[in-house]
Amino acid sequence: MKFDSALGLEAHRGPLAIAGKILIYGLMVVVFTGPLVGLLISAFSKTLDPTAFTLWPDEFTLENFIQAGDKNVYLYLFNSFVVVGFGLLLQMLVSVFAAYALARKKFRGMAFVMLIMLATMMLPEEIIAIPLSLVLADMPLLHVNLIGTYAGMILPVGAWGFSILVMTEFMKEVPVELEEAARIDGAGELRIFATIILPLCRPALGVIGVFGFTMIWDQYLLPLIVAPESDMWTLPIALRSLRSDEEVGIGVLLAASLLALLPSIIAFLAFQRQFMRGLTSGAVKG
Amino acid sequence: MTSTLTPARSRSAPPGHRPRSARWRGTLIAWLFLAPALILFLYFKFIPMFVGLWKSLFKVQTFLGDEWVGLQNYQTIITDDEFAAAITHSAVLALGTTIGSLVLGLGFALLIEGPARYLWFVRTAAFLPVVTTMAAVAEVWRIMFHPAESGMLNIILGWVSIDPQPWLASEHSSLWSIMLMSIWRGTPYDMMIFLAGLVGVDRTLYEAAAVDGASTWRRLLHITLPALRPVFWILFTLAAIRGLRVFVEVYVLTNGGPNGSSEVLMTLIYKLGFQKNELGVASAGGIVLFLATLVLTVIVQALRKRQAAS
Repeated sequence: MKFDSALGLEAHRGPLAIAGKILIYGLMVVVFTGPLVGLLISAFSKTLDPTAFTLWPDEFTLENFIQAGDKNVYLYLFNSFVVVGFGLLLQMLVSVFAAYALARKKFRGMAFVMLIMLATMMLPEEIIAIPLSLVLADMPLLHVNLIGTYAGMILPVGAWGFSILVMTEFMKEVPVELEEAARIDGAGELRIFATIILPLCRPALGVIGVFGFTMIWDQYLLPLIVAPESDMWTLPIALRSLRSDEEVGIGVLLAASLLALLPSIIAFLAFQRQFMRGLTSGAVKG
Repeated sequence: MTSTLTPARSRSAPPGHRPRSARWRGTLIAWLFLAPALILFLYFKFIPMFVGLWKSLFKVQTFLGDEWVGLQNYQTIITDDEFAAAITHSAVLALGTTIGSLVLGLGFALLIEGPARYLWFVRTAAFLPVVTTMAAVAEVWRIMFHPAESGMLNIILGWVSIDPQPWLASEHSSLWSIMLMSIWRGTPYDMMIFLAGLVGVDRTLYEAAAVDGASTWRRLLHITLPALRPVFWILFTLAAIRGLRVFVEVYVLTNGGPNGSSEVLMTLIYKLGFQKNELGVASAGGIVLFLATLVLTVIVQALRKRQAAS
């Protein structure tokens, strides 16, 4: 007997077994994607009921998305993209720089820095939300107020321990001979970093890119603290305000929710392999 | 390698001097590369942590200036009924979500393990809830939880002749409804990690057990589950910590209601801090949550070590 899995289900090929498998797998797909499919269909339907949700498209319409414009949904979407665009760029730059030092250098205080990285991962951001709002309103030493600015939503996500550690693991794999050869040829530190190490870590950039994207896109408490006025809202925190509207019912809410969901779903589907790789490496290493 | 480099070295600097300056140079470069990350961590993690610790000892007043109150904020938290209820709700929600996701995640992982192409499709589809934006998914569930007969979940219950449930609208079911959604979102994550763990189980052990005539159930119990033990502990710790600090789900679905029946620690802290302007008490609440997380991590680690040793 040969086993490809713990239960050995692949060995059962009778009609009953096949029917059972179709039932189980079908049910799984329906349960986990049903709400999302329902949203997709409802967002393009004329909303009849202000409370319910439809799986049967009534009448295909873009009405909800047009109405969404009047409710500033596209402004919120724009804000979200500004934050995720600059936030991700900053986060990836910070991560590759830090990872280069941690993976390729032996230096005094390295154990201490690793401890700091792990400490930040153990410290959930929710816990520091209240004091963070005080710090953002009056940055120590700099005395700038970041409340109500894009910078207030971008800078706090700039350094992420998970992303740095994943990148560090990848960079350790690059053979040291390549670096030594370049050094003998007289290449400087930045040059070695940019032309030898980084290109070899391209798969890892995909991993931290897709994780960073979903992490920043999903931020809720931070924009809630930073953006008291609606013109700075990101899409996720704006959804609450779109709930009840006498004219359009839940149509705009559905359209906006769909717009808030799609980018991370697309990012996941496009970078699936990198996502799974990061997921297992991150979880197994704690 | 060394022999070819030695002449170049002695030419540029006296022997014994160079290695030391090179080490200093290396350290300097390393710290320069680390500087952006460390500065950002300092400003947005460590300073807020200390500000939180500091402010938790004050009655924070915006215009009047802060007033030192010592441990009074903590005393307020410990004696306050709202806090006690919120801590209970957080713990129930965290434990229920964690156990529910673990059990279902393991079950599904076992069912869809295997190399077949269609299984890959099932896996991808089932994984979607994990990558979705919490706030948007919670809005979708809020609509599905609609308490009237026309609500999506009540329609489904109707198919199997169960009476419509009030879901989020009732004090008795609001917390359980939130838990249901959290399990829906947590299960595929656990499933995926279990799947990665299952790949690592030695296939020859299964074959040997089958040759010895062991049933599927005994194979699971004696080979598969022990092999998954480390994965299980990691998932448990991660999920429990995540569960304790839950905010968005509750904030969007019920905002603590009805009548405080689903108020968790973070929604309460948020309300204290930003709506009632009790920043001192709210900071103290954050510290308490931090300590709870820390204690939980230490306990789980200790249990894990003890089990590994026995």
